[in-house]
Amino acid sequence: MLSETSIVFEPDDKFNAFLTVCNRATHTGGKLAGVAVAIKDNISTRGIETTCASRILKGYVPPYDAHAVDLLRHAGAAIVGKTNMDEFGMGTTTENSAFGTTLNPHDTGRVPGGSSGGSAAAIAGGMVRMALGTDTGGSIRCPAAFCGIVGLKPSYGRVSRYGLIAYANSLEQIGPMGKTVSDVSTLMQVIAGYDCHDSTSHNKPYTHIPRADINGLKIGIPQEYFGAGVDPAVAAVVQSAIGRLEELGATTVPCSIPSMKYALAAYYVTCTCEASSNLARFDGVRYGPSADTKKPWHEAYQEVRRAGFGAEVRRRIMLGTFALSSGYYGKYYAKAQVARENVRKDFRRIFADVDVIAGPTMPTIAFRLGEKSDPLSMYLADILTVPANLADIPAISVPCGKAGGMPVGLQIMGRHFEDERVIDVAYAYEQAVV
Amino acid sequence: METDVIVGLEVHCQLDTKSKLFCGCSTDYRSDGPNTHVCPICLGLPGAMPVLNKRAIEFAMRVAKALNCTVLHESEFSRKNYFYPDLDKAYQITQYDKPLAEGGYLEIEGDEGGEKRIRLTRIHVEEDPGRLVHMGNAERGKYSLVDYNRAGIPLIEIVSEPDMRSPKEARKFLNKLRATLEYLSVFDSDKEGSLRVDANISIRGSERVEVKNITSYKGVEKALTFEITRQKNVLRRGQKVERETRHFLEERGVTQSARSKEQEHDYRYFPEPDLRPLLVQSWVDGIVLPELPDARRERFMKEYNISLNHARTLTGDFKLANFFEKWAKRYKENKTQKIPKLEINQKPVLEITEQGTLFIYPSTWVADTLIGELNYREMGFDEILSGNFYEQFADLIGLIDEDKITDKSAIEVLRLMLDQRLKHETLETPAGIVARLNLIRTEGDTSTVTTAIEEAINGNPKALEDYRAGKAGALNFLVGQVMKKTIGKADPVELNRQLAEALKKREV
Amino acid sequence: MVSEKDVQHIAELADIGISSGELGTFTHQFNEILEYFDTLDTVKGDAAATRDLYNVMREDETEPSLPQEEVLRNAAAQEDGFIKAPRVM
Repeated sequence: MLSETSIVFEPDDKFNAFLTVCNRATHTGGKLAGVAVAIKDNISTRGIETTCASRILKGYVPPYDAHAVDLLRHAGAAIVGKTNMDEFGMGTTTENSAFGTTLNPHDTGRVPGGSSGGSAAAIAGGMVRMALGTDTGGSIRCPAAFCGIVGLKPSYGRVSRYGLIAYANSLEQIGPMGKTVSDVSTLMQVIAGYDCHDSTSHNKPYTHIPRADINGLKIGIPQEYFGAGVDPAVAAVVQSAIGRLEELGATTVPCSIPSMKYALAAYYVTCTCEASSNLARFDGVRYGPSADTKKPWHEAYQEVRRAGFGAEVRRRIMLGTFALSSGYYGKYYAKAQVARENVRKDFRRIFADVDVIAGPTMPTIAFRLGEKSDPLSMYLADILTVPANLADIPAISVPCGKAGGMPVGLQIMGRHFEDERVIDVAYAYEQAVV
Repeated sequence: METDVIVGLEVHCQLDTKSKLFCGCSTDYRSDGPNTHVCPICLGLPGAMPVLNKRAIEFAMRVAKALNCTVLHESEFSRKNYFYPDLDKAYQITQYDKPLAEGGYLEIEGDEGGEKRIRLTRIHVEEDPGRLVHMGNAERGKYSLVDYNRAGIPLIEIVSEPDMRSPKEARKFLNKLRATLEYLSVFDSDKEGSLRVDANISIRGSERVEVKNITSYKGVEKALTFEITRQKNVLRRGQKVERETRHFLEERGVTQSARSKEQEHDYRYFPEPDLRPLLVQSWVDGIVLPELPDARRERFMKEYNISLNHARTLTGDFKLANFFEKWAKRYKENKTQKIPKLEINQKPVLEITEQGTLFIYPSTWVADTLIGELNYREMGFDEILSGNFYEQFADLIGLIDEDKITDKSAIEVLRLMLDQRLKHETLETPAGIVARLNLIRTEGDTSTVTTAIEEAINGNPKALEDYRAGKAGALNFLVGQVMKKTIGKADPVELNRQLAEALKKREV
Repeated sequence: MVSEKDVQHIAELADIGISSGELGTFTHQFNEILEYFDTLDTVKGDAAATRDLYNVMREDETEPSLPQEEVLRNAAAQEDGFIKAPRVM
């Protein structure tokens, strides 16, 4: 029995980053002994309320830990709290939380990004150095970019999803977020690796120490990442950062990802279909606010789900239900898988000639609170992040300057399972501008 | 037989694995309380993920090979989405457009004699939902209680083509399927609820009706008989049979329309993203099938020299077939030990060859009598397969052969032996029971001996004269005559005494 | 184009409640998004021919189940170890 001590955690959470705080967080010894780590609230933590920022899971206390959390505990980490997010991961700003939005520590009139906004704000606000987020279509990288911190979406299959409350199974990963690239790499060492409880998990442990040498590296610059729809000020900051990488010995190669034309539609069809099925289990019977057992079941279920799910969640569930419904499978889900394979093919083709691909993480800086009220315009903001999820490849966002006073993120994408190289490029940049 | 009746069956059987299909919960839930065999995976807790049980696939492939199916090159699992309180994820993980195997057939005894081939459409693997109990009443309010112990138990679904033409054929199909699965050691039909059947019935030219929720073998024949009658009545009235789903209500023996109660189901199938596809076609070659019912039936007829009917009955149930062979072996051992010479015995056991091919096994005792007594007591073969019942039953039949007891007494003894097991009383051996109830035959059966004595004396007047004349051999001669008549059943000492007495009475 | 009636039907299929007040907005948003989805109509090609993993299976071994109290702990209503649910009929 490892001896347990605890740390005291009493943050001044001005930003509403946390949904649950563990003031006395116990921990054992290990690589992360006593290090405070915050966990996004869609990751199951035994004995700690886990809500996915949704009313429909208010009061739910999981009887088990997600595998990644289990690994953290064994490494001695102190789990200090659960962070705010867009409800069930559906959103790009954390404004879709049922428990109030999180504010961006750089400008509290702006969003922190989403859906892992709480984790990003906790780090940017100086409350923790490390946190777990999840990334389905950009949900780690977007808040990392908007809040000026580092966030990695690992290669699909590299980090176990067991215990991650599913939104879109074929797209999402738990990933590390931190103040620096080293923080993110250390966290990745702990959470990456095979898990027999996750049938999509690969045996690819991560033992890498970041290296700053990128001499000879070939970087692809996709035209679609610098075209219309990307704020010129943001594009300029990122171009400048890429220039820095060239000074370090890398060379850039222009390239194109034609399949990006379909990427967003493929992403939203896939994730809403999977979500419509994943979220069907929430009916107030086994967990969450109770269904009225005096009513007939359809009526009872509809009542619970209308009260428990926010508008965006209900919208996506219905979109997914529609896209999977009789007669539409071929038009939507099946087509989305074709589009997805086209994206993979494009990346494979590009990676035959270059080692990594670089561009902005987000097309703009953080929006003002309430600025994006129209669902479709919100979806369009994901255009630069979803391709990496569709292609299963690793992608990191590292802060590379400011535009309009707000942080801008440089995104580096790599080949499937080459997370180490992606980390190195980010590290090299970070060390060069320190 | 009605050639205008068309029946197809979808049979769901629980596979006899140790753990559930997608998690490590034990499948041995029947004697435990509700919700005690449940984990985050089979409870469908948010974040839990399925991991496929290899043995379930091995079992299913054994079935596919035995039923002559074609295993698909690549198969995968899909989600079948619908809402019901016993379905905790609100989807069932099943197989949809890429099942494990397709095609195949099962041969049954056709209604018109001869073998009939029932074709199969497909075989696939899926998980069982939980179990719902309906509670309450109109006044206090109705609600449901759910037990998720059964959620996640592996099921094999076997779908037949609509090749059956009567409820009887359906019953035979089901029995043959059940037996085959038991022979393959992938299924235990004694477990309650381990088998469920949905039937599709139509009268040629009319719409097809689906009958769900048939959970017993007898129920299948009842449900089909009722439904065929119902449909024929509808047609007789000049109306149309509606295409619909009906539920079978076992206690009342009727089917009831379900369509008004349920939403129309759009299952929105898509491939299960948390599982990976199967490439298991190459496993087929490595599967060694055990002896299956038909082959065993043929062997029984040859090896045990029994009739087709008896062979069919005895091999129609795996446990029964096993019991019979153990019993037969013991019976033969007893026989060859005790009665090496068979001249004086006029029972039909005449000759034992090395192969035992002319050895006659009184299989009626097993195929008819024993089964009858078990059915009467609603006992399964489980209760007599364990322990040494087969030995004792063989010994019992041996007692009949040795004329120690009559057939009638033997049945009495058998009933007692079964009752003792049924009621968990102390078990007695057949010899013990016979002794205790004094069922031993004929030492005391004076009437037969008396008759024989009278016949011997009347039939041999010279012997009587000799006896009266005091000739010593006369009594012995008469004893011998009586022995011949009673086939050695009479006790010699006692017989001497009785004969002497009878002769004295004749002295005038 | 989907109508409000279609949206109502989908909401029932998904057992999601939407109020009459929401129906109009939802339908409008729905159609906007579906129009965007229609870009997929012109996609050419095939889905992935092979997958990253095959035959992912575990041995048939038992593991401890949750204690009954854990199973029932998060359920709003229970009776004699069963979980209570609304009636089906």
